[in-house]
Amino acid sequence: MVKDQEFLKKKASYCLDLAKKLGATDSSVVVKNSVSETVNFRNKKLDEANRSDDLGISITTYVGKKKSSISSSNLLSDNLNILIEKCVETTKNTPGDEFNSLPDKDLLAKEAKDLDLYDDSHIANDQKIDYLKKLEAAASNDKKIVNTESSFTQNKSNFVLANSEGFCDGYKTSSFTASSVTVAKDEQSMERDYEYSSKCFLKDLDDADELGNLAANQTIRKLSPKKIGSEKIAIIFDKRIAKGVLNTFASAISSSAISRGTSFLKDKVNQKIFSDKINVFDKPDMLKGLGSRNFDSEGVKTDTLKLVDQGILKHYLIDTYNGKKLNLKSNGRCGGTSNLYFENGNINFKDLLNSHSKSLYITETIGHGSNIVTGDYSVGATGFLIENGEFKYPINEITIAGNFKDMFQNITLANDLEFKYTTNSPTMLIEGMVVAGK
Amino acid sequence: MSNFFEKSDLSRKEAESIISDTLQKCDDGELYLENSKSESILLDDNKIKNSSYNSDLGFGFRAISDEVVAYSHSNEISKNSLKQSSENLKSTLKSVKGTYNHEIPKSNKKYYDNINPIEQKSLNEKIKILNDVNDYLRSKGDKVKQVTANFLGEQKSVEIIRSGGETLSDVRPLVRFNVSVMVEKDGRKETGVYGVGGRQSYDSYLKDENWKSVCDEALRIASVNLESKPAPAGEMKVVLGPGWPAILIHEAVGHGLEGDFNRKKTSAFHNLMGQKVASEGVTIIDDGTIDKRRGSLTIDDEGTPTEKTVLIENGILKNFMQDRLNARLMKTRSTGSGRRENYRHIVLPRMRNTMMLSGKQTQEEMIKSVDKGIFAVSFGGGQVDITSGKFVFNCTEAYEIVDGKIGSPIKGATLIGDGPSILKEVSMVGNDMMMDPGIGTCGKAGQGVPVGVAQPSILIDKMTVGGTKL
Repeated sequence: MVKDQEFLKKKASYCLDLAKKLGATDSSVVVKNSVSETVNFRNKKLDEANRSDDLGISITTYVGKKKSSISSSNLLSDNLNILIEKCVETTKNTPGDEFNSLPDKDLLAKEAKDLDLYDDSHIANDQKIDYLKKLEAAASNDKKIVNTESSFTQNKSNFVLANSEGFCDGYKTSSFTASSVTVAKDEQSMERDYEYSSKCFLKDLDDADELGNLAANQTIRKLSPKKIGSEKIAIIFDKRIAKGVLNTFASAISSSAISRGTSFLKDKVNQKIFSDKINVFDKPDMLKGLGSRNFDSEGVKTDTLKLVDQGILKHYLIDTYNGKKLNLKSNGRCGGTSNLYFENGNINFKDLLNSHSKSLYITETIGHGSNIVTGDYSVGATGFLIENGEFKYPINEITIAGNFKDMFQNITLANDLEFKYTTNSPTMLIEGMVVAGK
Repeated sequence: MSNFFEKSDLSRKEAESIISDTLQKCDDGELYLENSKSESILLDDNKIKNSSYNSDLGFGFRAISDEVVAYSHSNEISKNSLKQSSENLKSTLKSVKGTYNHEIPKSNKKYYDNINPIEQKSLNEKIKILNDVNDYLRSKGDKVKQVTANFLGEQKSVEIIRSGGETLSDVRPLVRFNVSVMVEKDGRKETGVYGVGGRQSYDSYLKDENWKSVCDEALRIASVNLESKPAPAGEMKVVLGPGWPAILIHEAVGHGLEGDFNRKKTSAFHNLMGQKVASEGVTIIDDGTIDKRRGSLTIDDEGTPTEKTVLIENGILKNFMQDRLNARLMKTRSTGSGRRENYRHIVLPRMRNTMMLSGKQTQEEMIKSVDKGIFAVSFGGGQVDITSGKFVFNCTEAYEIVDGKIGSPIKGATLIGDGPSILKEVSMVGNDMMMDPGIGTCGKAGQGVPVGVAQPSILIDKMTVGGTKL
């Protein structure tokens, strides 16, 4: 059982009181408990069962404009006393910074809405095993599948965030995640692919058969890939890759990158950075949303932001510290975005595939090739050659490269948005990227 | 050394009896106890941005029967908690009938000292160095627009208690010092990053103002990149410099030679044992025994002493890297490669310090032999798809080679290749093997562990460079 609010609040107030007694002028604390149970299957047999129970605390203390923090998984009072004393002592010895402070009181979240983020149901390991048996049977139907590894995790978490301005709130969340990784083999090649489903509520989880079938089909279609020549070509990002473009965008508009001057989107507010039709939202109050929340990691209330309106950048993602530095108010984005997504485009998936006589459909990228200082992008990729709207053959051992400044201006989105991850995008076409192959 | 039972209602004797009772019919397993202390002190944007300290304590209890692993962890070392874990393990392994494997080799060798690097240098001294770094780099001219520097230090005590009370323990120090600098010229911005570290005190790396050389290197890389032009796109010859570029070895063949992927036959290498996988003259080892290196370990996280494992000898595939589970199932022995990020995670076979040994040629000869290609000397990171064998790594400092001469610097680009065939494309192996500076972290299944790499300069005849210039 995950610890209740009362237990967490008691620990939190103990820490705040002690920090004050030891000379901290301000402090904030997070106490979090997370209990998860995982069952893994491999080739239709039980492979691993794992239970974890993590209780952790992190405390930040201020002495005037000086600040320091500690974290620990050992919540015994003896240990907390030593750590908080050490934290306050370190704070006193750390140089001050005029922008260090708790959030402005009037920005703190007032009341927590119920966003439907917690499902009380419990799925026992035996039931997880039943689900995985069904999933793996579906995944290994085809003889070309030579290995299957599947997993089911139930996670229940609870947390409290409190600070010396009187903020003290938290709530439970749950997640149920099933995944399947399959390996397919033929005479020429061996390939791997996956499918996964993660939901706040158990009953919303994808059907086991469906998940297994998808994983297997996505793997089998990659067999016997070819390498193509180097050329400039239209790229279509599958939804699971397209969301990565949004994540890079989010890093580049974080107030820390902006205030440090290390982003290619610095000073671009109210400028056109995407093509006309592009709208980007960050919506924290979606019911059952995987990224939903009532307040950010400092307790600041989070409202929905239309980050990009018809191609024009409207907001940075602002926390208290960097906000003060930039002379802007926090908009509740300490710790990043919530449910971030591109609004649907107005062309369907099929028409997007048909929009060019030849294009590349990318289903996987590897490498960390996004540079938010320069906007340069270069990654390894796997996918399919598309000709006249048809999937022709699988492609691998290529790279795709460009610069986000140009890529953003050349995006066309399909109308197939779904909320599968915390960050979501419809299928995305980008013109003018360079493929390096043979 | 941590006494894990000092402040607990659980005595060592009671713990031993729960362990023996839980594991009696299993094939393997252990109780792993861990106490770690770590610090991070960060200077950024002219200020000390962060000083933080973490103390982590917990256990992981594992029972294995045939191929099935049951694992339970908690950060509460108490009678209740361990009993609860024991029940969890027993309920997973309902009908076990294994034979407990007791054999664990012994060694008295130690590859680092029992020190706590965090306590060896005061906070004020660390802050002073960070401020000196900032002043030093910003004195190098107006083009320096941003400086970030940080200290990361850790002391991790681990204890492994096996059925019957056999106990193995280790205290592991680890430090890292990083500098990142951003420069700007004519509206163009570029960054350079450099760092040093390993399993000894901060001062071993930073004394006598050695930190200046770390700053100089970061600034040099950033300045080179200011002049860089778009990288080429397509297949060409690639000369890799010595040291850190050995990320290539780590990604291209290292991961594919880890025991788990080969037992499961999901690695592109699983059916290549004893076969030629690299050019003659290519020898690759994975070594956990190099004194005070970042990837070195006295014992692995299952208690097995580490060793120097020959993976590829003169082009022929000789060994995989094994933990106890995969070794037992593949009927071989553990190579001391069983590692985990911390007590929250299960053990996996992992790399330590992965090295390609020196050959006979010089870097000069390699460059001279190339008509059109690139010379790559510094890298960010890499990634591999174990099953297809395709891997990438990202250059952060590279130059074009034209008619046997080093030309202009080129922008960062991703290089992609095929693991099982890339080492057959190695046509020259240099005589200048070098270790990396001690900053690598390897990720696998969501677990990061510190690793090292080393290689001499090498010439690869054909690799795809992911630039934008056709």
